[in-house]
Amino acid sequence: MIEVHSLCKRFGTVQAVKDLSFVAHNGQISGLLGPNGAGKSTCLRMVYGVLTPDSGSARIDGLEMRGETSLARARLGVLPHATGLYGNLTARENIAYFGALHGISRASIRARVTKLSRTLNMQEFIDRRAKGFSQGQRIKVALARALIHEPQNLLLDEPTNGLDVMAIRNLREMLLQLKAEGHCVVFSSHVMQEVAALCDQVVIIGQGRVLAHDTPMAIRAASGAPTLEAAFIQLLDGAGASI
Amino acid sequence: MHALFTVFGKEVLENFRDRRTLLSALLFGPLFGPLLFGAMVSRMLDQSVTESDEILSFSISGDAKAPNLTRFLESHGVHLKKSTLSESEARAEVSRGKTQVVLIVPSEYAERFSAAMPAPLLLVADSTDSQARKTAERARMLLANYNSGIAQLRLQMRGVDPLLAMPIAVNEVDIATPSGKAVIVLGFMTYFVLFAVLMGGLYLAIDSTAGERERGSLEALLCLPVARLSLVGGKILATCAFMALSLAISLAAFVVVFQFVPLERLGMSTNLNASTAVLLFVICLPFIPLGATLMTFVASFTRSYREAQTYLTSVLLVPTLPIAFASIYSLRTKSSLMLIPSLSQHLLMTSVLKDEPIAIADFWVSAGSSLFFAAFLGWLVVRLWRRDALLG
Repeated sequence: MIEVHSLCKRFGTVQAVKDLSFVAHNGQISGLLGPNGAGKSTCLRMVYGVLTPDSGSARIDGLEMRGETSLARARLGVLPHATGLYGNLTARENIAYFGALHGISRASIRARVTKLSRTLNMQEFIDRRAKGFSQGQRIKVALARALIHEPQNLLLDEPTNGLDVMAIRNLREMLLQLKAEGHCVVFSSHVMQEVAALCDQVVIIGQGRVLAHDTPMAIRAASGAPTLEAAFIQLLDGAGASI
Repeated sequence: MHALFTVFGKEVLENFRDRRTLLSALLFGPLFGPLLFGAMVSRMLDQSVTESDEILSFSISGDAKAPNLTRFLESHGVHLKKSTLSESEARAEVSRGKTQVVLIVPSEYAERFSAAMPAPLLLVADSTDSQARKTAERARMLLANYNSGIAQLRLQMRGVDPLLAMPIAVNEVDIATPSGKAVIVLGFMTYFVLFAVLMGGLYLAIDSTAGERERGSLEALLCLPVARLSLVGGKILATCAFMALSLAISLAAFVVVFQFVPLERLGMSTNLNASTAVLLFVICLPFIPLGATLMTFVASFTRSYREAQTYLTSVLLVPTLPIAFASIYSLRTKSSLMLIPSLSQHLLMTSVLKDEPIAIADFWVSAGSSLFFAAFLGWLVVRLWRRDALLG
C-alpha cells in the first residue's frame, strides 16, 4: 500500500506539486493521469525518495520514505522515467547487479532472473550486452530490475513510452498478474485508453493538484461526459490548465 | 559494506569491457609518459654530443687578404668554405638560410692590420637560428684567441711583457651541467608518473558519475535501499583500482625505458630497477585516493559526459603546478613541503631516483596530507550525492 499525504514541492518560483494526497491499495492498479508537466514525475520521485518534499509525506506499507528510507525502499520496485542500462553488461548482469544491491543471495538472484526472463519473454537477449537494445528490450530489463527483489509495491513512470503494441500488451498482462497476486501497482501515464483499460482507480493530476480521485467509471459519471477522455478534458478545463 | 563491494565489482567489470577506458587507462595514459620521456632524453643526449664533437665549419669571403688568419683557423680544425660574397650578398644568403655563418674580410683589413690599427672583420649570422648562433659563438671564440695571440706578439716585439695586458685570469668552474639537466628530466618523469595515475581513473570517474546520469541509469540506482556512501564509495574505490593499475604499468614501462636510455651521461645514476619501482609505487599510493576523489568530485558537478571530460582535462594539469613551482624556485626536499600533495610525491620520487636517502617521517607526512585531502574531498562528494539536484 502506498499512501501519499499532502505532498508539496516548489522549484524556484514554480509550485510543481501542491497538497497532493492519494492512497493506492494492495491488489489494485492505480493510474496517475495528467498532461505533460502536471507534476506526475515530481510526485513519483518524492514517493520513491530521490526528491525531498517541502512538506507532506509518502508511506510505503506504513513505512515513512523519509526516516525509514531503507526499509520503505526494500518494499518498493521502481521503473523511473529514464530506463538507462549499463551497455557493457548483459541484460542478466544488469538485473543481477540490482539484486545484489538489494542484498539478495546469488542463488535466488539466478532463480529469479530465470523466472523473470520467462515471464517478460527475454530469453532471446538475456545474455546479450545491453548496448544495442531496442526501447522495448530496455524497458523489459528495467522492469525486471525493478522486480528482482519481489517488492510488494511497484511504481512505474510512463512505462509504455516507446513500446509497440505487442510490448504494451505484454506489460498490461504482467501488471494484471501482479495485481492478481495482491501487489500494489501505481503507474503514471498521459495515454487515456491505457489508464481506462487497466486501472481500478485513477488519480487525475493537473497543475500539481489532485483534480479527481476515483474509479474510471465514477469519474466519468460525475462529470457527465461520455468517455474518460472527455471527463479528463473537462476537469482540466475547470482547473484552468492546458494540455 | 556488501553494497560498496558490489558497486566496486560492477564498475571494474563494466570498465574492463569498455575499449575506450582500457585504451586510455591502461595503454595510452601509462605508456605515453615513458615513451615520450625516452625520446626526449635521447634527443637531449644527442644534442649535447653534437655540440662539442662536431667540426666547426663556416664560409669565409676575402680570405686572400688575411692569409695568416686563414692559416690559424685551418690549423684549429675549422672547415672553411671559401667564397667571394660581398656584405649584402652574405646577408641575403644567411637570411635565406643558404649559409649559416659567413666571415667577411673587408678590403681595408690588410692595410690596417699592417699599420697595427684595429682591423675590421664581419661575422654574419642569424642569432634566432640556434644552430647558427652556436657556430658563430665558436667562431667568435677562435677569433678572440687569434686576437689575443697577435696582441701578445706585438707587445713582445715592442719590449713589453704581455702579461701586463692580462691583469686578471678568470677560470670558470661549471658544475651546473650535466646534473642540472637531470633535475629537469626527473621533473618530467615524476609528472608523467602522476599523469598516468590520473589518466588511469579519468574515464571511470566520468563514467560512474556524469556518464551514469547521462545514460539514465542513475535514478534507478538511487531508488535502491543502499546508502549513498556505499554507492559513491564503491565507485571511488573502482577508480582507485584502475589508477593503481595504471601506475604499476607506467612504472614498469619506465623501468624498461631506463634500460635503454644512457642516463649516466646526464649525470644520473640509472637506479630505477624493480625494487626502486616498488618504492615509487608506495610513494604514489596515497596520491591515488586523492586523485580519485578529486576527479569524482569534479565529475559529480557536471551534467554530461562531454562537460565532465572538459573539466577533468584541466584537472590533469593540477599536479604540474607544484612541480613547475618546484623547478622554478629549485626547491629542495624540506619537511614542510611534504604537506603539499603531488609536490611531496615529486620530491620523494626525485630523492629515490637520485639515490638520496629519504626520511621516513617525510613519507608519512606526504601520505598523511594526501589522505587527509582525499578524505575531505570524499566527504564533499558524499554530500554532493545526497543532494536532490544530483539527478539534475
